[in-house]
Amino acid sequence: MEYNIWDPLHECLERKDLQRLQLERLRATLERVAKVSCYQEKFKRAGIGPGDIHTLEDLVKLPFTTKEDLRQNYPYGMFAVPMRDVVRIHSSSGTTGKPTVVGYSRKDLNDWSNLVARFMTAAGVARDDIVHIAFGYGLFTGAFGLHYGSELIGSAVIPMSGGNTERQIMILKDYGATALVCTPSYALTLADRIEKMGHDPRTYLKLRVGLFGGEPWSEELRREIETRLDIVATDNYGLSEIVGPGVAGECLCRKGMHIFEDHFLPEIIDPETGEVLPPGEKGELVLTNIVQEAIPLIRYRTRDITRLHYEPCDCGRTLVRMEKTMGRSDDMLIIKGVNVFPTQIEEVLFQVEGCEPHYQLIVEREGTLDTLEVQVEVNENIFFDEMKKQRAFIEMIEKRLATNIGLHAKIKLVEPSSMPRHEGKANRIIDKRNK
Amino acid sequence: MKVQQISIFIENKSGRLAEVARVLGEKNVNIRALSLADTSDFGILRLLVDNTDVALETLKSGGFTVNKTEVVAVEVPDKPGGLCNILQVLDEASINVEYMYAFVERNAGNAVIIFRFDDIDNAITTLQEKNVSILTGEKLYSL
Repeated sequence: MEYNIWDPLHECLERKDLQRLQLERLRATLERVAKVSCYQEKFKRAGIGPGDIHTLEDLVKLPFTTKEDLRQNYPYGMFAVPMRDVVRIHSSSGTTGKPTVVGYSRKDLNDWSNLVARFMTAAGVARDDIVHIAFGYGLFTGAFGLHYGSELIGSAVIPMSGGNTERQIMILKDYGATALVCTPSYALTLADRIEKMGHDPRTYLKLRVGLFGGEPWSEELRREIETRLDIVATDNYGLSEIVGPGVAGECLCRKGMHIFEDHFLPEIIDPETGEVLPPGEKGELVLTNIVQEAIPLIRYRTRDITRLHYEPCDCGRTLVRMEKTMGRSDDMLIIKGVNVFPTQIEEVLFQVEGCEPHYQLIVEREGTLDTLEVQVEVNENIFFDEMKKQRAFIEMIEKRLATNIGLHAKIKLVEPSSMPRHEGKANRIIDKRNK
Repeated sequence: MKVQQISIFIENKSGRLAEVARVLGEKNVNIRALSLADTSDFGILRLLVDNTDVALETLKSGGFTVNKTEVVAVEVPDKPGGLCNILQVLDEASINVEYMYAFVERNAGNAVIIFRFDDIDNAITTLQEKNVSILTGEKLYSL
């Protein structure tokens, strides 16, 4: 198999050459962030300066940066360049409190385009493709990132933006898009709607590849998207605080997402202690941005839980691979003392034949006991007209959940479309315990 | 000899049953018989109607989860012991009843019992052998 690589010079570096480049870039970045007051204070408190970093191993001596730091320095306090050098502002979707603000210099935008072009190429997108972008254009980084990457590759971009599903389908069909960019749950919403319109989503559109992101998704969800839309569904990773999409992306070997290590230094830490864990261990991903000019962050705690693998990949890239994120260290639910990731529950539901990915988790406290209710939308495949069979079905899921997450969860079937349809991020968790 | 029945998933929240009745009424679908099995969270509504296809389509496009199943409608004299005779026939033949419900015919003086069987074909053969009166779909829908 032939694997296309956008930037072979940087994506296929020998590890020792890569490390030399990383160290050089890290030291230059530290010189630049030393002008940012937040880092001046952090370095002072840690008793360390840019001059104390002699090897990549010294990275652990540096303090972490958190989302809280960005909030406290809202809006521009973390910028390392004057505003005259900033050409773009983006921010996080910020569902709670103030959003976090990031900036890009002219060079940052060029670098970003190159990073996105790398993972889009890895996913199989090429110049002949027509790329339909159904992320919302706005402060959120997703749409613009994929837009620039596609243009750099030379494919034709349809800047559709979010919402209005029927119109999306019309444009997808009429304009003949071959690549789809949206959240994974929205891909299924599209498939649902096409089916409702009486068409077969596998043949109705010309789509052949999907680049999905913006929310965590399971392997089961990937299989479902691939089967129902008959496309290759690929994953990529990024967060607005660190460039946006373009931190990492999957190649067609599908052995994890290659982190573009010439731009970002990845570490895995124990989210409780902050200690760095050895390769292959599961923990929180920490990223240091060693190229960005406008807002380079040092040891930024992503809160995303994953594992890193350094073994070489068949595609020829020498870059480390990160696994699909397994949830976030901060959306991890602790129910009756049991750690539960919503994706674990999703995996169980997907293994049940006929079950669809429309579910919601309701966590409540009755007296001192936590309860977890999993609301699952009913459909014709899992609806029986005999109460005996219906109850047996519910008990079967409850049993599987208990085995898999070590916790009794009550399954409640609800009517279709009871849950808000996710045109953006799926809001799957309702935690009523702290109210 | 089989009758088409519609089953509808009803979430236990106010107005859902009324909504079923409303959308069917709007399409001039007449309900011949119904039964509701319920739990604290949801119910299963089973309907016999005069136009099954229209009802199915209407409910589906109204966003309901609907299944079509086959049941048997048996006619018995509307008098004490009428039900017992039928149940004895089924019991002797070891035929399991998943569920049943009944209504009384307006003019004929008969009761109609709707049965859902595990093995519907075997049940029909047995009932026919015992000369039990089984209603056809057409007959039932037009009652």
